[in-house]
Amino acid sequence: MSQILLQIDGKEVGAREGMTILEAAQSVGISIPTLCHHEKLEPYGACRICTVEVEVRGRTNLVASCIYPVEKSLVVRTRSEKVDRIRKMILELLLAHAPDAFELQDLAREYGADKNRFDKEASFCIHCGLCVRYCVEVRKKNAVGFVDRGTRREISFIPEIAAKECWNCKECFSLCPTSALQAAFVLTEALISPSSEPKSEE
Amino acid sequence: MSQINSPAELEEFRQSILSKRDPDKHCITLCSGSACHASGSAEVIASIEEEIKKQGLGAEVDVRRTGCHGFCERGPIIVIHPEEICYFQIEPKDVPEIISQTIKEKKLIERLLYTDPGTNKKIIHESEIPFYKYQKRLVFGSNGSIDPKSIEDYLAIGGYAALAKVLSGMTSEQVLDEVKKSKLRGRGGGGFPAGSKWEGSRNAPEKIKYVIVNADEGDPGAYMDRALLEGNPHSILEGLTIGAYAIGSHEGYIYVRQEYPLAVENVHIAIKKAEEYGFLGKNILGSGFDFIVKVHRGAGAFVCGESTALMTALEGRAGEPRPKYIRSNIKGLWDRPSVLNNVETWANVPLIINKGADWFTQFGTEGSKGTKIFSLVGKITNTGLVEVPMGMPLRDIIYKIGGGIPGGKKFKAVQTGGPSGGCVPEELLDLQVGFDELTMAGSMMGSGGMIVMDEDTCMVDVSRYFIHFLTDESCGKCVPCREGLRQMLRILTNITEGKGKEGDIELLEELSETAREAALCALGKSAPNPFLSTLRYFRDEYEAHIREKRCPALSCKELIAFHIDPAKCQACMMCLKKCPAEAIVGGKNKIHVIDQEKCTKCGTCFEACPPRFGAVKKISGEPVPSPVPEEERIIIRKSKEK
Amino acid sequence: MDNDKIDQIVDNHGCEASSLIQILLDIQSENHWLSKEALEKVSKSLQVPLTRIRHIATFYKAFSLVPKGRHEIHICVGTACHVRGATRVLDTVQDLTGIRPGETDLDLKFSLETVNCLGCCALGPVMEVDGKTHGKMAPSKAAGVLRNYE
Repeated sequence: MSQILLQIDGKEVGAREGMTILEAAQSVGISIPTLCHHEKLEPYGACRICTVEVEVRGRTNLVASCIYPVEKSLVVRTRSEKVDRIRKMILELLLAHAPDAFELQDLAREYGADKNRFDKEASFCIHCGLCVRYCVEVRKKNAVGFVDRGTRREISFIPEIAAKECWNCKECFSLCPTSALQAAFVLTEALISPSSEPKSEE
Repeated sequence: MSQINSPAELEEFRQSILSKRDPDKHCITLCSGSACHASGSAEVIASIEEEIKKQGLGAEVDVRRTGCHGFCERGPIIVIHPEEICYFQIEPKDVPEIISQTIKEKKLIERLLYTDPGTNKKIIHESEIPFYKYQKRLVFGSNGSIDPKSIEDYLAIGGYAALAKVLSGMTSEQVLDEVKKSKLRGRGGGGFPAGSKWEGSRNAPEKIKYVIVNADEGDPGAYMDRALLEGNPHSILEGLTIGAYAIGSHEGYIYVRQEYPLAVENVHIAIKKAEEYGFLGKNILGSGFDFIVKVHRGAGAFVCGESTALMTALEGRAGEPRPKYIRSNIKGLWDRPSVLNNVETWANVPLIINKGADWFTQFGTEGSKGTKIFSLVGKITNTGLVEVPMGMPLRDIIYKIGGGIPGGKKFKAVQTGGPSGGCVPEELLDLQVGFDELTMAGSMMGSGGMIVMDEDTCMVDVSRYFIHFLTDESCGKCVPCREGLRQMLRILTNITEGKGKEGDIELLEELSETAREAALCALGKSAPNPFLSTLRYFRDEYEAHIREKRCPALSCKELIAFHIDPAKCQACMMCLKKCPAEAIVGGKNKIHVIDQEKCTKCGTCFEACPPRFGAVKKISGEPVPSPVPEEERIIIRKSKEK
Repeated sequence: MDNDKIDQIVDNHGCEASSLIQILLDIQSENHWLSKEALEKVSKSLQVPLTRIRHIATFYKAFSLVPKGRHEIHICVGTACHVRGATRVLDTVQDLTGIRPGETDLDLKFSLETVNCLGCCALGPVMEVDGKTHGKMAPSKAAGVLRNYE
């Protein structure tokens, strides 16, 4: 397999064909923040916090590093004034939903994001999609999915499937950065018909 | 009907159709497009057929239901051939007169003719009417001559000759070269050179390739594709087949929005007829080339007009766009090379093949060749669909063809490119219409919607309207779009409601940058355009809303109040009777006063007050004057003796 | 809606998962809504996860997961109609029917939806009831039009 040579933050990096910029950066210890990325799942490209600057054929563009494939002679900058500004804004937009999420708070400190920039939103799901994708790709149970679109989009369990599968699984719970998932599950449990056994013991 | 197995057979068949048609025989064509249909064309045509039967003229007069003629403001429209007499706004009661006077006695009915607003003279022939005169209807012109449900009509005007030429005498390379030479750019919004897109797919190693027609036409106010698909579906099928041949594809899709039931119906009929006659299916015209087309209905999502989202929908999923780092002409539908082009782009292809790229390039400008169909709508006198050569100044489109702004109002801006575009103000009206020219002005060509706005349109509200539209239509997957637009909408709504504050504009600009740079797809990346362009040219309106709580266009409900000027009110009771909220108090000879608590700002009183009084006023940015005390409301009329 | 009808529709589309949206459009058109049972039946017949079907049924505006009223009111809020005052017409219709876009009233008489362009811009503002187009609408005309529907 031929090596693809590219430059990340001034460093020469050798990558395999088919690798993403994120993978190439991680291979040489350069860290790029992510929220919707997980090594067990297909790259999703939704949170956009992994956005980096790339220079290709003389033009500078901003791309999502978790899905952009490496190219020969690509010049990548993982930090810049613009990139930082965008990451700060993305964090501020998400903090309006989940101001207490640890991952968001850590990143907020690094990028100077103000959690009170926007009024608080009712839903604390940040749509990273980790729960949905894990259930589809790894557990293959399709117990939870997305519904609707735009600002009305949310995650939703299928009560019948959740009743059968989730109690003994819950593997997605540890993936949720905000505990919105646990909240959705508890709500679903409460709505399942009384004929199923009560589960809460704590 | 047996299949046509060779180009020679096609020409023979075409001649046989033409020989049965007498060009001097009377033919009444009636526009049966969706807009005229809504104006009552179905009843008109029923009357015409009945009247012809009644007067025993069945053998002498043909009646043809055609596609959209474009002059939608004046529908229902009929054109009487061969004289080319054009009558407008026909009602069933006009029909007996038309048959007995114009058909039988060759006499014109003056009141149904077009009156030139400048000279007040009547114009008889369609081609002399200013609306049509300044257009160059290369693609759209055929709509008026054919019944879209009839393949023979299409053959009679030369249909499928381009396909025959391609399959019998050109290699796929030659076809590709011709399209490249024509410099045809996509008519759907991106303006990407069609030839390059086709070439990319042609050269891709994967064997199975697709060609796709994007008939999702989601831009509100744009309905050109609908008129083309309803009125001349075979032209799109022909173009698509030629494109498939050029890139080596054997399967095509037409993605039509389900909100266009007539287009869906006519496309299905066209495909069936094309298959019957051998223009689709196996061994087309004996060439050995196979090609089939399937129709897929959209289900109500603007985002599916974006090419990757459309392909995701074709795969039977929710239309979430995919990253375009690897272009879809290499990895598209089912990860295979797919050429997706707009309806109008495909409709241009048979023309280019028939008449040649050199002929095509004589129209338009250096960067934008050919013509473009625009939907000229909004505050404009002649609403309708117009086709003009690229390079025509916007001013000519709006004034010469569009007839200017109705009601004596002043032009303010024209919005092009739909929710991804921007506004072009008065000072730029001499701009020559073209892809690059519009982009440099801060707007874009888009699919061709041209919404004209006048002095009564609030530009802050326009940008709020588009952001609202996009928050509804966004797929919701990525943060910059879903969350960014959510916040932009909140801020813009607050501004229009008088709750704007210092710093709002800067925050909107920051959110705009995030969406433009980091959003996943073109919907998100272009979403801030209407805001940025209205800010560029109408910043004063934003500032008035924020700092003075005033709407300069007197449009934003929360910032205006309706007030009856006591000095002008003549107590005629017109507004009082019509007010749907019963918010006006007064009586005969008693000055009317609006109860501001009950007023819903619907504007009915404003429309109702007779122009000679003009007593109802809209105020903004200042308090409403207190009502005149009860005792002073009686009007004392001057007695007649004096 | 009976299961046989759903089976027939699924068969008409060759039992293909990629025709999922077309199948749901046909069911919606027959029944004027998509019931939970219908979605489950389609999921089983096509061997497609119910989450994907639910996403589609909620993502696309053509589908309704609740029964619609006897009369469907569509108000065009496309740009051309907006500029000609469609918002005022919408406000008045909301007041008259007591429902907002996306809702159906309790008597199942009216369902209200906004649509983004009916392609009749010359007649704007446009209101469509049961497929019949009413052009050049104004707030004052709305009550008169709706009074005709039982």
